[in-house]
Amino acid sequence: MRHTLSIIVADQPGELSRIVGLFSARGFNIETISVGGTLDPEWSRVTIVTSGDDRTIEQIVKQCERLARVREVRDVTSQPHIEREMALIDVTASPGAARQEVLSLVSVFRAKVVDISHTRMVIEASGNREKVEAFVEMLRPLGINDITRTGRVAIGRLSNGEEDEQPLAVGC
Amino acid sequence: MIAQQHINPATAASSLPESITVGESLPRGAEILIEALLHEGVDSIFGYPGGAVLHIYDELWRYRDSITHYLVRHEQGAVHMAEGYARSSGRVGVALVTSGPGATNAVTGIANAYMDSTPIVVITGQVPLPLIGTDAFQEVDTVGITRPCVKHNYLVRDVRDLAGVVHEAFFLARSGRPGPVVIDIPKDVSAARSSYSRLSHIAFPCREKRTKPDPRAISRAADACMRSERPVLYVGGGIVNSGAADELLAFAESLRLPVTPTLMGLGGFPSAHPLCLGMLGMHGTYAANMAVAESDLLVAVGVRFDDRVTGKLATFAPHARVIHIDIDPANIGKNVAPALAIAADAREALAALREEVGARASAETGASIARRELWWERIRAWQREQPLRFDGSGEHIKPQTVIRELHRLTEGRAIITTDVGQHQMWAAQFYPFTRPRQWITSGGLGTMGFGLPAAIGAQLAFRDQLVVAVVGDGGFQMTNQELATAVQYELPVKVLIMNNGYLGMVRQWQEMFYERAYSEVDISVAPDFVKLAEAYGARGLRAARPEELPSVLADGLAHKGVAVIDVLVSKEENVFPIVPAGSNSRDMIFQSEGV
Repeated sequence: MRHTLSIIVADQPGELSRIVGLFSARGFNIETISVGGTLDPEWSRVTIVTSGDDRTIEQIVKQCERLARVREVRDVTSQPHIEREMALIDVTASPGAARQEVLSLVSVFRAKVVDISHTRMVIEASGNREKVEAFVEMLRPLGINDITRTGRVAIGRLSNGEEDEQPLAVGC
Repeated sequence: MIAQQHINPATAASSLPESITVGESLPRGAEILIEALLHEGVDSIFGYPGGAVLHIYDELWRYRDSITHYLVRHEQGAVHMAEGYARSSGRVGVALVTSGPGATNAVTGIANAYMDSTPIVVITGQVPLPLIGTDAFQEVDTVGITRPCVKHNYLVRDVRDLAGVVHEAFFLARSGRPGPVVIDIPKDVSAARSSYSRLSHIAFPCREKRTKPDPRAISRAADACMRSERPVLYVGGGIVNSGAADELLAFAESLRLPVTPTLMGLGGFPSAHPLCLGMLGMHGTYAANMAVAESDLLVAVGVRFDDRVTGKLATFAPHARVIHIDIDPANIGKNVAPALAIAADAREALAALREEVGARASAETGASIARRELWWERIRAWQREQPLRFDGSGEHIKPQTVIRELHRLTEGRAIITTDVGQHQMWAAQFYPFTRPRQWITSGGLGTMGFGLPAAIGAQLAFRDQLVVAVVGDGGFQMTNQELATAVQYELPVKVLIMNNGYLGMVRQWQEMFYERAYSEVDISVAPDFVKLAEAYGARGLRAARPEELPSVLADGLAHKGVAVIDVLVSKEENVFPIVPAGSNSRDMIFQSEGV
C-alpha cells in the first residue's frame, strides 16, 4: 500500500542525503519526494511517498527516526489530510479547435495556462495524484511535448485536527 | 543527561560565548579539539598522521603529557584498536586519521563498529574548505563514504562549531544503541582560531531517545514467563553494552529459565552456568537450537534476530510467542514481528522483570518453576545427545584442543579477541566465558584482521590482564603490521595463530557445499610467523605436534612481552555443528560425510 511520510529534519547540508541514502541502503522505495521549509527556518519538511506492507512502513519510520537530525517522522496516510501534486505540462495547442479543446480541459480541471506561443501552451495543474493523472491522460491525445511533475506534499485537515496538529508549512 | 529535547538545530556555536574574535591569542581549532577530547575524558588516541591533520598532530605534540597518541601501522588498525579499547572498557574509543586514503582505510573499522554497536569517535582530516569538491590531493568525500555506517557524522565547516560537535559526537557514540561517529575536520578549520571554554553543558539538537520500560509490558512479560512451559532467553550484545549481566543472571535464576547467548552475547551470561545452553545459531549448540525450535516463549533481549542466528526465518522458533526487548526500536520487528515489544535498555528492562517476578508470591514462582521440569528434562536430553565434541586424537594438533588448552592455562580469565572464521567459532564454542567484555570478536561485519589490533586496544585499557588474540593465518596477515605498534608501546598481547594453511571457513563451505572445489583458499605460501614475530621484536614460538602444544602455549602466554604463538593445526578440520545458511535450525550437520 502507498504511504505518505512527513519527516521533519534539520535544515543542514547533507541531511536530505542521509534520508535518501537510508532508503536505498535498506531497499525501500521512493515514489516521490519533495523538500521545503517549515515555519521554523531551522527545520525542513521532507514528504516522501513510498509503498510497502505495514511492517516495511514501520521499519522505514523507525529507521528514519534513528537519524540524529530527524525530529519527527509521521505516516500521514491514516490521518485526515490533504495531498497535492503539481504538474507543468507543455501541450500542443494550435489556433482553432485544438486550442479550444485544451482550454476547455483546463477549465474542467481547474488548471491554469501559464505560458503560450502560437502553437503551444504551458499549463499548470495541481490536485491529488488521481486528478493530475487524469488531466495528463486527457491531454495526451492532443500532443504533450514535455511534462514536469513535483512530488507530493501533504497537510493535515483542519476539521479533524483539534488534537495537536501543528501548523504545516510546505513548499516545493 | 546532557542532551536537551528539541532544541533548535543551530549548531553548538550558539551556546559558546559570543565574544569570539580572531586573534593570535586564541587557540586554533586543533587545540580546541584536544581540549574538548580531554574534557570528554580521553587520554589515549590511536592514529596515523598525514597532511590534512598536521595542525592536530602539532597540538598533540604539545599536549603529549596529558594525552597519549599510539602510532599504528595502518588506519584500519587504529579503528580496531579503538574498538578493542571501547569493548573491553565500555569507554568511547578514539581514532585519528588523515584525509583521503587515511579515511578510506578507516572505513572497515567504522563499519565493523557500526555492526557491533561499539562506541567510537573517528576524527578524519579533510582538505581545506576552499578545495573541497575540486578533487584536491588526498580529497575524498569522507562524510559521504561513511554515511551508511555511522550513527552520525560531521563535516565541521566553522571552527566555532568544533567543540560542540566533539561533545555531541561522544554523546551520540555512547547513548542508546552505541556506535561510531565520524568528525571530518578540514585543515583550515583545525588552523582557524576561536575561543574555547570548558562548558559542562553544550546544547545540541539530538534527542535523548531512551525510554523507560513500560510497566504494563513488563508485567505482561513477567506473566508470560511465569506461565510458559517451554521458555528460552535469547540474549545478545545488548546485555554486554548495557551492563545487564547481573540482572540477567538474577532474572534467569529466579524462574530457572534456560539462557542461550548469541556470538555477541558471549560473556553476558556465564557459559558454564547450569542454565546456559551454549551459543545459539549457525555454529551454536544442538541443545540451544533445539530449545529455541521447540520453545513456546522466546524472550529476546539485546538481540537483532541476525540471519546467522535464525537461519531460515520462516522456521525460526515456529511455536514461540516472541517478546523482544531492545534499546533500538528499529531492531524490533525488523526480522521477526514480536507478540510483545519493549523498546528499552536491557539492564533496566531485566531489572524491572526481576522485580516484577520477585513481587509475585513464592508459591506462584515455585509452581512456575515446577511447570518446566519436563522442559528441562528435554533440554538435558538434547545436551546429552549432541554435546559439542571433537576428535582430539591423531598426529596433528586439533584446533579445538588449542582453545581448551588456552582456557586451562589462562584459567578462563583472559580477554580473548578474534578475527572471523573457523578459529572464531572454535574460540566461541570451547572457551567458556565467565564475564562480560571478556570476549571481543568481529560479529556483524565479520572482519578479518580485527583480532590483533582489537587486542592491542584492550591491552591498553587493561594493562594488567592477559589479552590473547586468537586468529587464523589468513586474518593475521591482514593486520600483522600492528605487531610493531604492540612492541613499540609495550602492550604485551599474545597472538595465537590457528595455522592450517587455508582460509579455513571458506574451504569448509567449499568442502560441504561446493563439492570440494578448493577455489583460491590455499594460503600455505606464507611467511614463517616465528621469524616474522622476531623481525618485529616480538617473541615467536611454534607448536607443530600435539605433545608440544601445552608447553609452547604455556611459554608463549608466560612471556613478558608481545608473543606470537604459531600453532600448526590439522588442515581440514571443520566447525561443527553447522546449520547451513538459510536452513531450518533443525537441519544441523554434526560431522563430515564419510567420517
